[in-house]
Amino acid sequence: MSETASTIQFFTGFSLNDLPFLAEAAGNTLLISVISISIGSVFGCLFGWALYASKYARIFLGSILDVFRSVPLIIQLLLFFNFFPILGFPLEPFAAGCIVLIVYTSALVAQVARGGIEAVPEPMRRASRSLGMSYFQDMRYVVWPIGARAMLPAWTGVALGVLKDSALVSVLGYLELLRASQILITRTQEPFIILAIVGAFYFALSYPIGKLTAKLEQRWQYD
Amino acid sequence: MIELKNVDKSFDQLKVLKGIDLTVQKGEVLSVIGASGSGKSTMLYCINALEKIQGGNIIVDGVDVHAPSTNVNQLRQKIGMVFQQWNSFPHLSVLDNVALAPRIVLGKTKREAREIAEKHLKHVGLGDKLDTYPTRMSGGQQQRLAIARALAMEPGYMLFDEVTSALDPELVGEVLDTLRLLREDGMTMIVVTHEINFARDVSDRIAFFHQGVIEELAPAKALVNNPQRTRTQQFLSKVL
Repeated sequence: MSETASTIQFFTGFSLNDLPFLAEAAGNTLLISVISISIGSVFGCLFGWALYASKYARIFLGSILDVFRSVPLIIQLLLFFNFFPILGFPLEPFAAGCIVLIVYTSALVAQVARGGIEAVPEPMRRASRSLGMSYFQDMRYVVWPIGARAMLPAWTGVALGVLKDSALVSVLGYLELLRASQILITRTQEPFIILAIVGAFYFALSYPIGKLTAKLEQRWQYD
Repeated sequence: MIELKNVDKSFDQLKVLKGIDLTVQKGEVLSVIGASGSGKSTMLYCINALEKIQGGNIIVDGVDVHAPSTNVNQLRQKIGMVFQQWNSFPHLSVLDNVALAPRIVLGKTKREAREIAEKHLKHVGLGDKLDTYPTRMSGGQQQRLAIARALAMEPGYMLFDEVTSALDPELVGEVLDTLRLLREDGMTMIVVTHEINFARDVSDRIAFFHQGVIEELAPAKALVNNPQRTRTQQFLSKVL
């Protein structure tokens, strides 16, 4: 028997042909992150407003949000994903991941938004009300623009965190960057290069967010 | 006309205003003096419903300010107020600071609001600052901006709450000059102030507040030059 015939190739090396696969996975990471961060931020701002405005919201909503802030995301994902089949409504990994990430983001953004509203001094709100503005006009034209500037750096931190935490959705089987890298590592046995490339993808996704908000911060400076 | 009838106001247990009776006629300038904590600023807040009252009535142009049926947003359009802290909106240019309320509250178009804002900013001497941001301006300029912002709603009355107290001494003059200008325009004003000489020169009458009551109310010069009540004499001897 010849040497070559006896050797069966289990593993094939990493090649350029694998890049589109990773790029597609990066697209999925981006998709789930954009959906979660944008919808989660809208809810987070509403929750933050409720926390600011109402004592009861602080007690009830506040404690519920604390749960989502405190329980590790991976546990939330597994619990939520496996809970629905029991009820007879199996969820797609993507849908389950989105829902959990949205709730998680909104819990984090709620506290950031509350801080943003509190950053607007009470006397300034009295001044706008004294001009005849209604509560909502004051909120829309004075509190929101000033509060948004105050919360931008903290919000950026949350957004970058959620983008990276979206890797955990891989445990549900959703094909995003981390899961794609695991598949490739299994096939190629070249974890070092693949993890480096995946890291670069994450960086490429995060960097623009940081840059964009830094630019916004600069443009929003009061002068 | 602004009428206060037997107005009581307290913060929890603390009685801040005790049965205040006061009438300010259209065109009149009334200054309010007194020690800190005597209730003079609180009275202003009550007049435009930024604070609730516990007893009595406040009537502005026949409207009961604190009646549940009163639309306070509409009422406040008639009553301009300027505060100790100028509270410029930091995210808006000087022009937009003034144009905002006419646009969103009075429903003026952008262009109309801009014209109104320009007119009032020029009036207070900030015609060359339209596109500046307030954080770039001195306290005195920002306080004049706050005055223009209130005037842009074309109110019938102006309330001034110690508008020079937070200013550096060298900036007090320009703000007082702006108030003198309004007096010449015939604006009805209630001016809470610690500037006794200014109050004497500019107001028609002065009310001296002491611990939540009007201790003495008299024509401006008479009250400062010839106070009748012992407490007024003591207060004036301390501050003059």
